[in-house]
Amino acid sequence: MASRAATLVVRPAPRASRGLWRDALSRLRRNGPAIVGLVLIAIFVIGAVFAPVIAPYDPSVGVLTNSMQGPSLAHLMGTDLLGRDEFSRVLYGARISLTVGVVAVICGLAVGMVVGAVAGGAGGIVDTILMRFTDVMLAVPGILLAIAIVAWLGHGEVQIIVAVGVSYAPIFARLLRGSLLALRESDFVLAARSAGASTPRILLHHMMPNALTPMIVQATLALATAIIDVAGLGFLGLGPGDPRVAEWGEMLTDSARFLQNAPYLIIFPGAAITISAIGFNLLGDGLRESLDPRLKR
Amino acid sequence: MTDTLLRVRHLRTYFWTLDGIVKAVDGVNMDIGTGRTLGVVGESGCGKSITALSIMRLIERPGKIVEGSVDLDRTDLLKLSESEMREIRGNAISMIFQEPMTSLNPVFTTGNQIAEAIRLHADIGAREAEDRAVEMLRKVGIPDPERRARQYPHEMSGGMRQRVMIAMALSTYPQLLIADEPTTALDVTIQAQILELMKELREERRMSIMLITHDLGVIAEMADDVVVMYSGKVVETGDVFTIFERPHHPYTQGLLGSLPRIGQRRGRLRVIEGVVPNPLNLPKGCLFARRCPCVMPICEQTPPPFQEVHPGQVSRCWLTPAGTTPAVGMTAPADVAEAEAARMTITADSGRQSATAAQMGEVGR
Repeated sequence: MASRAATLVVRPAPRASRGLWRDALSRLRRNGPAIVGLVLIAIFVIGAVFAPVIAPYDPSVGVLTNSMQGPSLAHLMGTDLLGRDEFSRVLYGARISLTVGVVAVICGLAVGMVVGAVAGGAGGIVDTILMRFTDVMLAVPGILLAIAIVAWLGHGEVQIIVAVGVSYAPIFARLLRGSLLALRESDFVLAARSAGASTPRILLHHMMPNALTPMIVQATLALATAIIDVAGLGFLGLGPGDPRVAEWGEMLTDSARFLQNAPYLIIFPGAAITISAIGFNLLGDGLRESLDPRLKR
Repeated sequence: MTDTLLRVRHLRTYFWTLDGIVKAVDGVNMDIGTGRTLGVVGESGCGKSITALSIMRLIERPGKIVEGSVDLDRTDLLKLSESEMREIRGNAISMIFQEPMTSLNPVFTTGNQIAEAIRLHADIGAREAEDRAVEMLRKVGIPDPERRARQYPHEMSGGMRQRVMIAMALSTYPQLLIADEPTTALDVTIQAQILELMKELREERRMSIMLITHDLGVIAEMADDVVVMYSGKVVETGDVFTIFERPHHPYTQGLLGSLPRIGQRRGRLRVIEGVVPNPLNLPKGCLFARRCPCVMPICEQTPPPFQEVHPGQVSRCWLTPAGTTPAVGMTAPADVAEAEAARMTITADSGRQSATAAQMGEVGR
């Protein structure tokens, strides 16, 4: 109590802020779990980018005499039925998961933001139509929607991106529209209007930056589920379609029947999916905390 | 009298709600003279803020300005196009709001926001606008303005932020400043500073002020003329001395009567009994009849006329200028003393409300 009173009394005049983003960054740096998440993500990104350098073997070429070897120094994560190096395949799998996940979320974000901004900005009948449509989309489970889209468009990475992106768009649309509606009622928007700012200017200049932080947080968290969704599609046999391409979900399916005698074939790709998803989740939660200026100490 | 800067006539702003039409502003007239301060008083929900927003044409669905005229220097603002109106907003008329804590955009620095307000109406560069923003901050008494301009709103106190709002509003040299309860959210010492600042700037710029408040103390301090509003209508107007010394409308009398006086602690604080009538179900006659201590049979039947009771003092009441007999021969309290006595008995056993609530008769809130 005494120390608290003392800090209140001797508190110096507030220092000049170094900017909202730099403040957020410095808060993020002090957030332990977020740093752990960032490190995990960094490991996967480095692994994916430098896969050709790091991977000791070609992920698509197997040596049949090496089939189903357990983890050893030669094969860190063992080999699969076709004698392919599991470690190399997990590394290359990160490329697919991360690129497809990131591009899908960016696509979903782009579509969702346009829809949400139009709905929240225009209001009225436009808002009603767009939002009822997103309600319908949200009523269908995302993975089911993605399965339907892949079944319709066929196999391939682009199809997976479209499928996952489409299933995320309504989430972003709804989130942005909700923030915009709340912001529209805010005092500072009324103040901006009374200062003579035009409607497009208020929407883009005053409301958007305020609506952006929840979008960034949601997008980071969506990356985690996108990776799981991509793996899920692969697991269900709706992956890239080329059996030579290493994809975490497909690797799980291929090895499911050897669960008893070769559990390492499940554990490593499964761990890759889980750990990368946890990494994005930790970072997303950390961003949520550090991007809110009201939590500033 | 000086020349009139803003002339509002027959202004009606209605809101279409699911339960029916709310006549938030119902035939309001008011004049603001050049360089003068008009105080607009009334309890919550009487249409003060909606009148201000109607003048700025900032009414949004489901609300609409139904009729009337708002002449600023003989230009009817209600006839301007939206883009012409944007040139008026923040330029000829600026506005400051009740909540300094939420009226500034949290993601921009204060200097940035003032500079934006300037650049919306002046064709100058970003650097020059920021210099002018710093100058404005200095003018409204913010110490170390260069540093403060680089700070975000959340790094400032309420009083500081209201100063920033004033700096922003005045940065374009407006002819009229609409201040919607500018000191309500601030503590008393800061209130006094902000009012003093507004006074200084008014003198310096010969600017007119429309001051909306429910604090009669602020009115006494600041206003030249007073408009008393009740349930969307103006019930009494006059200059500040007349209204305070010789209030005619029983509502105005009630407002003044419910002011706590320093050094007087006997008995309970007087309040005006009851609440504002439901805007969806307005009474047929006088809107104040149900709460009025001097109510007469005619009040329940026919809305009273808006008549001059003394030169420059207009009141919407059936009581005659002397405040005694009704204009159209009906029975009424015999004299002022009796009316006063009636009022006292009605309000005598009324108040368990706190001083603030009692002050404006904000019962039932």
